[in-house]
Amino acid sequence: MAENDNKFTLKVITPDRVFFEEEVSMVEFNTVEGEVGIYKEHIPMTMIISPGILTITMGEETKEAALHSGFAEVLPDKVTILAEIVEWPSEIDLERAEESKERAEERIREHAPGTDMKRAEMSLKRAVARINTAEYK
Amino acid sequence: MASMIDIKRRKSSIQSTQQITKAMKLVSTVKLQRAKQRAEQSKAYFNCMYETVNSMLAKTGNLNHPYLSGGDSTKKAVIVITSNRGLAGGYNSNVVKLITQGDFRKEDLSIYAVGKKGKEVLHRKGYHIEEDDSDMIEEPLYVDAMNLSSKVLEAYTKGEVGEIYLAYTSFKNTVVHEPTLLKLLPVEAKQQDEKASEKESKALMNFEPEDDEALELIIPKYVTSLIYGGLVEALASENGARMQAMDSATSNAEEMIDHLSLMYNRARQGSITQELTEIIAGANAIS
Repeated sequence: MAENDNKFTLKVITPDRVFFEEEVSMVEFNTVEGEVGIYKEHIPMTMIISPGILTITMGEETKEAALHSGFAEVLPDKVTILAEIVEWPSEIDLERAEESKERAEERIREHAPGTDMKRAEMSLKRAVARINTAEYK
Repeated sequence: MASMIDIKRRKSSIQSTQQITKAMKLVSTVKLQRAKQRAEQSKAYFNCMYETVNSMLAKTGNLNHPYLSGGDSTKKAVIVITSNRGLAGGYNSNVVKLITQGDFRKEDLSIYAVGKKGKEVLHRKGYHIEEDDSDMIEEPLYVDAMNLSSKVLEAYTKGEVGEIYLAYTSFKNTVVHEPTLLKLLPVEAKQQDEKASEKESKALMNFEPEDDEALELIIPKYVTSLIYGGLVEALASENGARMQAMDSATSNAEEMIDHLSLMYNRARQGSITQELTEIIAGANAIS
């Protein structure tokens, strides 16, 4: 079974449920240091996740989800993503995401004193990630 | 001897109480099932989180970070998770006892209360209530835990408090619930956990970004997840405790009803005998 040789276990866990657990060949997501793609036999590493699209490749098939925050523990034959928030495209409310994108953009543009810029930026990033993911519906 | 009417009245009052306790038991059984399921579903996340943080700490043990070394303030923040409703046996008072009978000094504590019952008792005893988030225990969401943890972490990083504790009831199984006091910050790597993580850490773990930065980001998530775990487990324990309390209340009522039925029958028998005696005596007197 040559095909199984390059597969590893991916586990995506949220506080409420086990979101995803299967053998996959590649996983891609966004970290605070930039985008990463992970194959089997990666060196052990712990990474902090920043909002973006989680792309899971299982042979021919790919799956997408919006991944917002958490961290990932990478081992040679196993990747565990502890996600605080993660959603499948079908779970995303596109309208709400668009609204919150506009809100966040406005807050950043106005830059009123007392605005938490970091928070506004994060919420913009989350909204963008949601909108991008929703396209895979 | 109490009159027949008195006994009858008492019996029916106990009967209606029993009906209430029976219904409450059924309700909390259903709620328990749901809460238990949630607690179990979220367990995977916390175990993983706990392991990761511990293995991180095992490797970065000599790191000097405020999250590990503790603040200078002698003040301590305690998050107290109790219920909003009573009639749950010793559930609430057991949690409160953790604080009043622990090694804490009253003036050092600032309480972040989740659950009205615990808040009321502690307030009456003169503890300082910093925050009241009693609404979140009804239906704990991860977002609630996030808000609460950001509040305590803010106090911690500002130096207002030096240590953070979590007092809740840990859910072992349906009948065993243990009131638990957990130290959230500063994080202490435990001895036995070090052994376990040594095995795992044979493959050297790398961090991206660097250790201390990663720690800065992971610890808040770690605290949040522990608080959320505490909320979910406490809810399961609350319903478990209430189910048990109501179950024993129902069987106590049953016992009392049995006893009263016996007394009622005796009184009835007594009054019949008396009436008969009176009639016979009357008949004798006429003839």
